[in-house]
Parts: sequence; C-alpha cells; structure tokens
Amino acid sequence: MNRPIRAMSVGCLLLFAALLLNATYVQYWQADDLTSLSEHPDNIRVRDAEFARERGSILVRGRAVAESNPSDDAYEFQRTYPRALQYAHLTGYFTRDNGLGGVEATRNSILSGSDSALFVNRVVDLADNEDPKGGSVSLTIDPQAQQAAYDGLQALGDDVQGSVVAIEPSTGKILAMVSNPTFDPNRLATHDFSAAGAYKTRLLEGGGASPLNNKAIEGVLPPGSTFKLVTAAAALESGDYDPESSVPGGARLDLPQTSTDLINDGGGSCGGEEITLTRALEVSCNVSFGSVGLDLGADALREQAEKFGFGTRTFSDLDDALTRQAVSRFPEDPDDPQTALSAIGQYDVAATPLQMAMVAAGIANDGTVMRPYLVDETLSPKLETIERTEPEEMPDQPAMDAASARDLRQMMVSVVENGTARTAAIPGVEVGGKTGTAQSAPDRPPYAWFVSLAPAQTPSVAVAVLVQDAGVERNEISGSGLAAPVARAVMEAVVGR
Amino acid sequence: MSSPGPSTASRGSGFVHRRRRGAELVLLLLSLVVGVGAYAAVGLGVDGTLPVDLLTHGLWLTVLLLGCHVVLRRFAAYADPVLLPIVGALNGLGLAMIHRIDLGRQARNPDAAAFASTQLIWMTLGAILFATVLVVLRDHRRLQAFTYTAGLAAIVLLLLPLVPGLGRTINGSRIWIGIGPLSFQPGEVAKVLLVVAFAGYLVLHRDALALAGRRLLFVDLPRGRDLGPILGMWLVSLGILVFQRDLGSSLLFFGLFLVMLYVATERPGWLVVGGSMFAVGAYLGYLSLGHVQTRVAAWLDPFDPDVNAYQLVQGLYGMGWGGLVGRGLGQGQPQITPLGFSDFIIASMGEELGLTGVMAIILLYGILVERALRTALICRDNFGKLMATGLGVVFALQVFVVIGGVTRLIPLTGLTTPFLSQGGSSLVANWAIVALLLRISDQARRPPPELVAGDDELDSDATQVVNLR
Repeated sequence: MNRPIRAMSVGCLLLFAALLLNATYVQYWQADDLTSLSEHPDNIRVRDAEFARERGSILVRGRAVAESNPSDDAYEFQRTYPRALQYAHLTGYFTRDNGLGGVEATRNSILSGSDSALFVNRVVDLADNEDPKGGSVSLTIDPQAQQAAYDGLQALGDDVQGSVVAIEPSTGKILAMVSNPTFDPNRLATHDFSAAGAYKTRLLEGGGASPLNNKAIEGVLPPGSTFKLVTAAAALESGDYDPESSVPGGARLDLPQTSTDLINDGGGSCGGEEITLTRALEVSCNVSFGSVGLDLGADALREQAEKFGFGTRTFSDLDDALTRQAVSRFPEDPDDPQTALSAIGQYDVAATPLQMAMVAAGIANDGTVMRPYLVDETLSPKLETIERTEPEEMPDQPAMDAASARDLRQMMVSVVENGTARTAAIPGVEVGGKTGTAQSAPDRPPYAWFVSLAPAQTPSVAVAVLVQDAGVERNEISGSGLAAPVARAVMEAVVGR
Repeated sequence: MSSPGPSTASRGSGFVHRRRRGAELVLLLLSLVVGVGAYAAVGLGVDGTLPVDLLTHGLWLTVLLLGCHVVLRRFAAYADPVLLPIVGALNGLGLAMIHRIDLGRQARNPDAAAFASTQLIWMTLGAILFATVLVVLRDHRRLQAFTYTAGLAAIVLLLLPLVPGLGRTINGSRIWIGIGPLSFQPGEVAKVLLVVAFAGYLVLHRDALALAGRRLLFVDLPRGRDLGPILGMWLVSLGILVFQRDLGSSLLFFGLFLVMLYVATERPGWLVVGGSMFAVGAYLGYLSLGHVQTRVAAWLDPFDPDVNAYQLVQGLYGMGWGGLVGRGLGQGQPQITPLGFSDFIIASMGEELGLTGVMAIILLYGILVERALRTALICRDNFGKLMATGLGVVFALQVFVVIGGVTRLIPLTGLTTPFLSQGGSSLVANWAIVALLLRISDQARRPPPELVAGDDELDSDATQVVNLR
C-alpha cells in the first residue's frame, strides 16, 4: 500500500502548496487593493485606523487650520479646525462615517502618511517603533485676505449666499476663497458619531444651497456686466478697437431678427449716441457692448472667453465626493441677438466666481492667465518639503497681449475712479474693477458681482465677489453696493501689507 | 528520522527507531513558549499589561502538555516525537486568539460570552481523552474488531441532529445536538469512527475491490458489482449535504472514503470513479440547493454588492490588513469578522500575525499530515496503514477545505480549523485522532518484538552509544 500512500503525500503537498500560494496572494499581492479605501470604502479596519492616526496639519503661513490633537478615547486623536467657519470649504472635513472633504480628501495620502513619498518615514517610524505620522499640507492662502473676505460676507448677514475668490495674478495662487453660508467641520469630525451624522444630514438638506456647497467653484451663474471685461478684451485683441474707439452709446440697440431692443440698465442713454469704449465700460453700457459683441461675432467672444479658462476644468485641489469645479461656459452656437446678450454676460453665459477672478488675474498679469492652485507645498512629518507646486500657465496663453492688457487695466481704473465702482476705491492705491448685476430667472432676485485688481500698474491681487440672495430690496442690489466693499477689503488686506 | 548505526543495521532489523522523547520535550517547551507567549502578547496588545491570569493559564497549559508527554513516555515510548508539540502549539495559539476575540467582543458588549475559558476546559477533556486512548488502547489493531460497531455508531451519530427535539440548527447547518445548555457536533466524533470503520472494512475487502474491470485510457476501472460501497458513501454524503446543509462535512467524508479506498486497493481507477461521482454530486447540489449557489456566488465575486458575502469579505479585509507581518496580537480588529474565533480563525491569525503567522500555521498542519502519512508508510500492518492514512487525510482535507474557503481559494464551506477553532466537539475529537496516530506510530516505530532483548537493555548505555553514533 505504500505506493498510493506516497502518491497521497504528493497530493497533500500540492494542497498545502496551494494554500500557501493563495495566502501569499491575499496577504501580499492583494493586500494593497483590499486596504484601499477608494476600492473598498466599507473596510472598517482601514477607516478606523486612519481615523485614529496622527494626521498631519493643514497649514496657512505656518499656522494650522486643521490639526490632530491627542484625545483620551479609543481613537487617540481628535481632528480639530481652529478657524473652522472661515476655512471650512478649504480644509474640508475628516469624518469616520461621513467621508472626507476638501484638502482633507484630495491630500489624504500625505495627511494620513500613506503616500509613497512618505515611505522612508514609515520605515523609520517602524524601526523606531513609533506610530506612523502624516505629513502636512501648506495652502497658498493669505490669512488676512481670507479674514477680510470672510468678515466682508458675514457683515452682509448670516443668510447671505455669496463667495469670494482672490488670486495672485503672477502665480495663480489662491489668496482667499470663502463661501457663505459656511459650516463647522469640527462638528463633523467629532467622535460623537451620531451627532456628526445628524449634522451632516442637516447640512445636506439644502441641496444646492447646502452650506457644504463651495459657491466659489461649484456653481455657474451668468456673470452679467463683469463679462464685459471679456468682450472688451476681445475687442482690444481684434485690433479694430482701442480704449478711445467710438462705440454706440444710445438708449437702445435694435437686435437683428427680433422685434425687441437691447436697453441699458435704467433705460437711459450712456451719455450720447457715440461714446468711447472706456466710457462704455465706466458706465457699463449694454448698448455699446451689445453692438461690439455683434461686431466681433460669437466665435471671437468664445475664443477670448476660453483663453481666460471658460470651457475647461482647471482646478482640482478641492475635488471630493461632493465637490467638483463647475465648468464656466459661453453658448455654443448663438444667433445674433443671443450673441449681443452674451456679450453683456446674459443669455446662456455662465461662470464661477473662480473663473471671473481668473479673468481679472489674466488682465492683471499682462494677459497671461496662470492655472489657479490652492496647495502650495506638501511637507513630511518633519516639515521638510516633499513637493512644491510650480506656477504654470493655462493652455493657449497669452489670453491677450500685454499692451491690450495694460489698456484694459487702465479702463478698469477709470471704472473705479469715474464710473460704477467708486465704492471699491482705496486711498493711495490705483484700483481697477468692474461691477455686474445679473439675473438668472425673472422670479428670483438678481445677484451682484464685482471683479477687481490692485494695484493697477503692478497688480498683486485679483478678486471676484459674488453676492446672491442678500435679503435686500431688489433695486438696491448692485455690484457696487454689496460686492465692491468686500472686494476692497480683500485687496486692502493684500496690498496694504 | 534517525539514521541507523552500522551495527544496528547489521543486526538485520533494518531501521531501529529511537524513542526521541527528549526531543519531544524540547519541542514541547518551544510550543509552550508559543502558546503562553501568544497569550501574554494578547494581554499586552489589548490592555498594555500582562493578563492577570497569565500564570494560571500558562501553568494549566504546561500541566496538560507535560502530562500528555509523561503518558507518552510511559505508554507509547516510541511514538512520533513531533505530533504532540505541533498540537500543543496550535492549541495554545488558538486559545490565545479566542481569548483575544473575547476581549474584542467584550469591549463592545460587556455581556458577551467568553469562549476561551470554555475552550480550555474542552482542551483539558481532550487531553484526558488523549491519555485514556493511549492507556486503554495498547494496540490499535484491537480496533479492527469494532469495524461494524464503529460504522453503525458513526451513522447513528450523523443522523442524531435530524432527530426532532434533539437536533439544533446553528448558523444554518443542522449538525448539532443539544442536551440542556450543552451543544455538541456529533459529526466530529463520527469522523474518527468512520476512519476506523473504513479501515476495518477495506482491509477485509481490498482484494475484491482491487479486481480490475474495464480499462479506459491507461486506467483500470473497478468492476460494476463492486460499486456498492462507494455508491452508499456517495448517498450518505449527499444526504448530509441536503438534509444537514453541511457542505464541508459532506466533502470531507466522501473525500476520506475515496482516498482510503484508493490506498487500500492501489487502484487509481477508484479516484476516477469517485472523482466523477463527486463532480456529479457537486453539480446536482449546485443546481438544486440554494445555499450551495450562495456559496459559489460569494466565492466568484464576494465584492459584488448583490452577493451576501459579508463574512468572507471581512475575513479578506482582515488578512489584507494584516499583510506580511500582521498588526500584532491584540492590535487588529478580528472581532469584526463574524465567527472570527471559529470557522474564520485563520483570517484572525492572518490579521494579527500576518502572512508569516498564517504560513507557519499551514506548515504546522503540513508537518502534522506528513508525520501521519510517514507513520502509515512504516506501519507494519495494513489496518494501521489505512487508519494512519485516513487520520492524516482527514486533517489535510479539513485544513484545505476550511483555510482554502476562508482565503477564497475554493468556495467557503463551514468546517472547524483543527485545534485552533473554538468548539468542543472538534477539539476533543482531534485530540483523540492524534492519540490514535501516536498509538499507531508507537507500534510502527517500536523495534520488532523478536529483536528486542528486553526493556532493560534498550535503556542501557550501550544501546544509547550505538544509536548516538
């Protein structure tokens, strides 16, 4: 019987070899996949471990806006957000059961310490028998500008929906980004998980108006008169116009193919049948820019808009399960009346506040639009730089040549000095700006835009402010009344340093 | 193992095995280090301090294992020296892991039952049964007289869970009987009895069953009229699958019978016949039985949200989380996996001891099976050969089916992991199996009686010197 017994031994050997190989497959080759939260979000072990880990901080000029502090419960560390309301949409949130948001989500691998760039640190920690620590992330935010933007929106009232974006034109660094209403990420990160869940549910109840919604990037609205900057840029770029060119400035513009006319805000004329392009921008003359738009054509307008960033998704530093940058758009194939309306930022033109800040930043940076970014540096647990974001140009640059950009800046200065945006003026600093008031639907109150840059000769900041549902009377809503003072405060914070 | 000295060989007896009880003692101490060390590590990992009952637990384990060792020295001096230490190490590891998961479950629910202390009592019973078998059964061949008794008893035991009022359905399988608060899995005992019955039956009928029938592709198939026994066993296995919904035992019993039949007759044809019957049975089972389909679907794609494979997925997550070296005892979350202390204990081991620990455990089982088959090879009587083969193959199949199922090599079937899993019936039965193996190996390794001058001379220094050279 020994021969079959030997054969059985070989058989058993094969069975055990199969077990060994399979265990190796599961615990070695498949292990990374099994422990990846993006592949298997229901993996409680990984989730709990990440929740209990000492995460790195999110820093603004060296001060933490998100940090992990020791806690005496089972999870060892409590994520806290020292300036929670002000930075909520940037830091995002770190929760056990409700996912991750903002930079907490997009830079999770660095913050949690699982990034391959931190491999050496992990090995050292293992050798020293220390718990692995996460790296830190440093933001481009200017804390004073952020504070000014937040205070400015708050001053308009708790219920005011609005947002502010400020960009450093030469680099694309985001200096301030605030969205109102805001939320408290501390209440999501709490270890009282039922309270955190209830809070998240409440935050999500508002749908698109949810406080979790980052209005600076997530929604597009017609930019109204602020889009006249794009039309003006296209006009200057065409070579047919300069700031002193004569354009129609009457009370109405006959829209071709229709029986309706395009009229100015208030219904009057802009100061004569023929006015200069600069004057048209100063008084935000619909008739002038409608006819310039008709003259240039929809293609030229769209091309100019796209050079400023319309039509592309350019910003992903805050992408999480709920957040994506909305793509700003210029209508695909408008007929003539639609083109005229588009040229003044109505009809189907729609932009995010970030996009309008990029328009101002492009004009400020002598015509070159830089890709906006929020994460400046990632740092190891010992605060050595792992990676620094290099400024880069947007595709298809420059958006306009430097001379035209300088002309347009000067025209924007006139708007502040002589036109609709006097409320944005800062003593001793040349400020350029453009107001906008637009309407998305007849039954909804209009909203106010303001786009600006300062100082006009060598701009160090470009700002876009959007104020919706300000709770004031319809006829009081205007870019200059509501939005411009907020933009001025932000510019002062940056320039005044 | 021991190489014969030249003078021993010249005595014409071939091998003379050394007793190697000293080696067993050293290995046993190592296995105690593993078991007690793991228990201490659990305390350190969970609470940061040594467990308060470390001393009593360690002493209890030591007394049990050393007691078994003494019994071996006295009643089976030539028995294989590796088996007991392996069993000791596995049992000690299992106790530590069950205790660890008790702590994990009690952290959530302070009223959760503690299984580790019960398991230690079962281990004590197992060790007592171990000693009893070795003391009472001086020659395994006496079991041959109980061939049909054992067979009948096994069938009765297998049927018991189906008796109304006595049988209990636990976790979907009706393989338990309950008397008052105690529940027992008679199938585990039936396993041992079946090996005895098969061995006794096949020794008598091997010549008839080995007669060749038709020849097909180099393989001699058995004669049609000899198909009775295997058909009977096939139907019994199908019955277990259908009425008790116990995929694992069904597979185990049929595989066991098939292997023993093949070894007894030396006819690979039986493997062909049996393999075909297994395939037919498995396919029929898959077509008609919902719980088999569920298991197969979970095996193919456990991560499909439509498939209910929570336990399997959590086990895999645990093993993946453990990685190469594991989280460390007490530092994972094995309590998340349902039944992480019994059927899925290997996943818990993988989580806290890593691939390294899982490989070590699989290798321990591998050595266990290897020692059993080696015993079968050197055994001098056919009944002993068959029994040792059967007992070894029971371990091999059971380990393959349960570890393969948990690690998604094959569809999951509920079986206990020998010596590791929580569960009294299984533990006691496995201790009995090891006792039987040691008894057979003692007989096999003992020098043939006619060459033994007497116990005194064997223990004398002269013999030792010869053997040591």
